[in-house]
Amino acid sequence: MKIVAICGAGIGSSGILKVNAERVLKRLDIDADVVAADIASLPDVIGTAQVILTSAEFVEAIGKTFADVVVIENYFDTAELTTKLEKALG
Amino acid sequence: MSLPPLPAEAVVVGATATDWRDAVRLAGAALVRSGAAREGYSDEMIRMIDEHGPYVVIAPGLALAHARPGPDVLADGLAIVTLATPVEFGHPHNDPVRVVLGLAIKSADRHLAAVAGLANVFNDSTAIQELAEATSIEAVQAIMEENR
Repeated sequence: MKIVAICGAGIGSSGILKVNAERVLKRLDIDADVVAADIASLPDVIGTAQVILTSAEFVEAIGKTFADVVVIENYFDTAELTTKLEKALG
Repeated sequence: MSLPPLPAEAVVVGATATDWRDAVRLAGAALVRSGAAREGYSDEMIRMIDEHGPYVVIAPGLALAHARPGPDVLADGLAIVTLATPVEFGHPHNDPVRVVLGLAIKSADRHLAAVAGLANVFNDSTAIQELAEATSIEAVQAIMEENR
């Protein structure tokens, strides 16, 4: 399974989402490939991604997609990530 | 590489910022002082927010100001600015901001190790408040060092 984390620069905030999503997925025993990217390169990386993790600011720019767009408010709250990832993948 | 180095020149405690741009500029100036970035990096960090909105406020009270790797980045670096008076970035949930991190990354390939270090520190939800309340540069460095 593939998950894409999106921010403006493709480093920094999307990297934190990737790192924490990987930690949460490991705890949930879910095997997934998490890619961090900037919003401009989303079309190149989305492929068959099932979930896009991002901030509210990028939802409009992401636009129509088959993936579940999951908005994270606190990037360091692994409980929030766990609940929202479980819901999106469940 | 884990968390980028945090020398004393890269830390400002109890700063006064008139608005979010000013707060981001303080973080940029700290990265210039520590030798991680050139002057232009502040404007790049501000441009990211002008372009994409206040998404850099990634947790309650905390902004992670950053831009892309580029010619204005001289070395991997981290800066921390704590604000005497919190400022609004316009974020729907995480305003007002009390702690501004400035992050400069030389190569995108290596950035994950740096942000994993940040996650180690800030996944502990008390870290932001501890930083906001720190009264010295040494105290800020100690909070980051303990948890890295």
